[in-house]
Amino acid sequence: MRNSGLLSGGAELTTVPKAGQPGDAADKIAAGLIRGSAFIAIASLVLIFVFIGKEALPVLTSPEVKEEAGLSQLFLPQQNRAGDTTEFNWQPISDTPKYSLLPLFVGTLKVTVIAVLIAIPLAVAAALYTSEFAPSWVREVIKPCIEILAGIPSVVVGFFCLMVIASWLQAAFGWTFRLNAVTAGIGLSLAVIPIVYTVCEDAFSSVPHAFREGSIAMGASAWQTASRVVLPAAMPGVLAACILGFGRAIGETMIVLMASGNAAVISWSPADSVRTFSATIAAELGELVQGSPHYHVLFFIGAFLFVLTFIINLAGRWWVGRLQKKLQGAS
Amino acid sequence: MKGIKYKTAAMVCLLVAVALLAGCGRPDSGHKRSVTVKGSDTMVILAQSWAEHFMEETPGITIQVTGGGSGVGIASLINGGTDICKASRPMSEREKNLARKRRGKDVKEIPVALDGVAVYVSDRNPIKSLTQEQLKSIYTGKITNWRELGGRNARIVPYSRENSSGTYMFFKDHVLEKEDFAMEVQTLPGTGAIVNAVSKDAESIGYGGIAYASGIRVLPVSRDQMSPAVSPSMETVRSGAYPLSRNLFFYTIGEPEGNVKRFIEWVLGPEGQKLCETVGYYPVALN
Repeated sequence: MRNSGLLSGGAELTTVPKAGQPGDAADKIAAGLIRGSAFIAIASLVLIFVFIGKEALPVLTSPEVKEEAGLSQLFLPQQNRAGDTTEFNWQPISDTPKYSLLPLFVGTLKVTVIAVLIAIPLAVAAALYTSEFAPSWVREVIKPCIEILAGIPSVVVGFFCLMVIASWLQAAFGWTFRLNAVTAGIGLSLAVIPIVYTVCEDAFSSVPHAFREGSIAMGASAWQTASRVVLPAAMPGVLAACILGFGRAIGETMIVLMASGNAAVISWSPADSVRTFSATIAAELGELVQGSPHYHVLFFIGAFLFVLTFIINLAGRWWVGRLQKKLQGAS
Repeated sequence: MKGIKYKTAAMVCLLVAVALLAGCGRPDSGHKRSVTVKGSDTMVILAQSWAEHFMEETPGITIQVTGGGSGVGIASLINGGTDICKASRPMSEREKNLARKRRGKDVKEIPVALDGVAVYVSDRNPIKSLTQEQLKSIYTGKITNWRELGGRNARIVPYSRENSSGTYMFFKDHVLEKEDFAMEVQTLPGTGAIVNAVSKDAESIGYGGIAYASGIRVLPVSRDQMSPAVSPSMETVRSGAYPLSRNLFFYTIGEPEGNVKRFIEWVLGPEGQKLCETVGYYPVALN
């Protein structure tokens, strides 16, 4: 229950104080206020979505915006000058603005996948270690340390990547571009690890003790118990952790803005610079004329990111639910 | 005890709610006179900070700042759509004549600030200076190796500012002559980040506000092969000897009057000129 609660946190808050219980008026007021604040959270989320949607819509509807930045300009290769080859190009400030989203999509995907590939194995292994193997004093040291990592402002992590990690990687691999997908991915993984670790740790420690005792009684070693009993039993929680981590990675802005180099090139090489959706919005929205095609395209990107994370979360919840059912059915 | 705790919580929540509601109150909008400033997007931030500080000091006057580009501002000035036009390029003779014909008065040109962009390389880079043409070739991707410029045999790593910055616009207009940056050009938020990146990378080149830091070298730039390479400084930017500099202007129809005059005088005064430097430009007026 503890692990699945993280995905449905908002709904549980409101059901804690039950109506009709003995208590004075102050209790009721407090309960009402708490319920109200939960609804404010939901309402603001809806309002944000409505706002983003409203600002993104002209990309689909306004003829003026569509002429410069319609769906074909966003998704199809464009021929910019007569005789040139068609290409995907993000150059919104130009005599002939180019708004291809493909380089940004490739960039976002590249960085996110690298970050998740680094962060999830590390975080899950660390959580398994602290909950199953580590003596309690080690656990008392490691756990808060990783959790503190989540409190470091992302601009600091980004700056650290820009100054230190980029130089290490360049010295080690001799890359031409010191700011690239790997540099940003490593920085991003520092932001993802605490989330995945914390949720996984919770999931592992909420596996009933009887499972472990039963396993050891059957003659299994500590490693066998951890890998074949505890890990599968906590799988829904681990999965939920991965989804949260993925969501964080795809939306994180400051680290990639600082460390990725932000060149909108299409390439699958991890040693090339990348430009992500979120960094593009952060970098370009500042000084735009409201209502210009560029402005609406940035909101379109925002809406796209919103929908993407929403779908990932939804799919993740469905998968977690299925796993949970399967586990309950088996026991 | 429990009851008291809940009461405190309720009180705190109520106070927060009241504070939030109070914040929604509309400011009173009974200003008498407003001055509109329209034009150059480069100057939006500068003009906005002038307007904010001026309005703080002189309540009762509203300064409305909008962008759209120098061309839009000039057209609007000619049509009577704005009191002040801000422009990052001088008005052409044709535009001035048009204004005279339409409005019956000469336009008044007032330089209000100076804009200069520095080019930096790593201090480990042996290159001595670059021409404007060479800079253009680097940033449009026509030259990709330092060897072609008399340097080491190494791939050039160019850094640029984000496209929301006025420096980016200036570089694009002035150095790239409105051509697009090459796709490989990396962009970083702020001059600080570019200086840091360039200091760490021996083969890189960057541009931004004039800054000095360890590990980087500000490169002298020449207009063309014939002319001498000049380093940017307050003097060379002011005299126009440094090629990557320009005047930023205000234009009005006829001599400015009333609140327009008050605003422009304030801009050219010590406080307005000091703000130039805060925002990253140079003052035009001495003292």
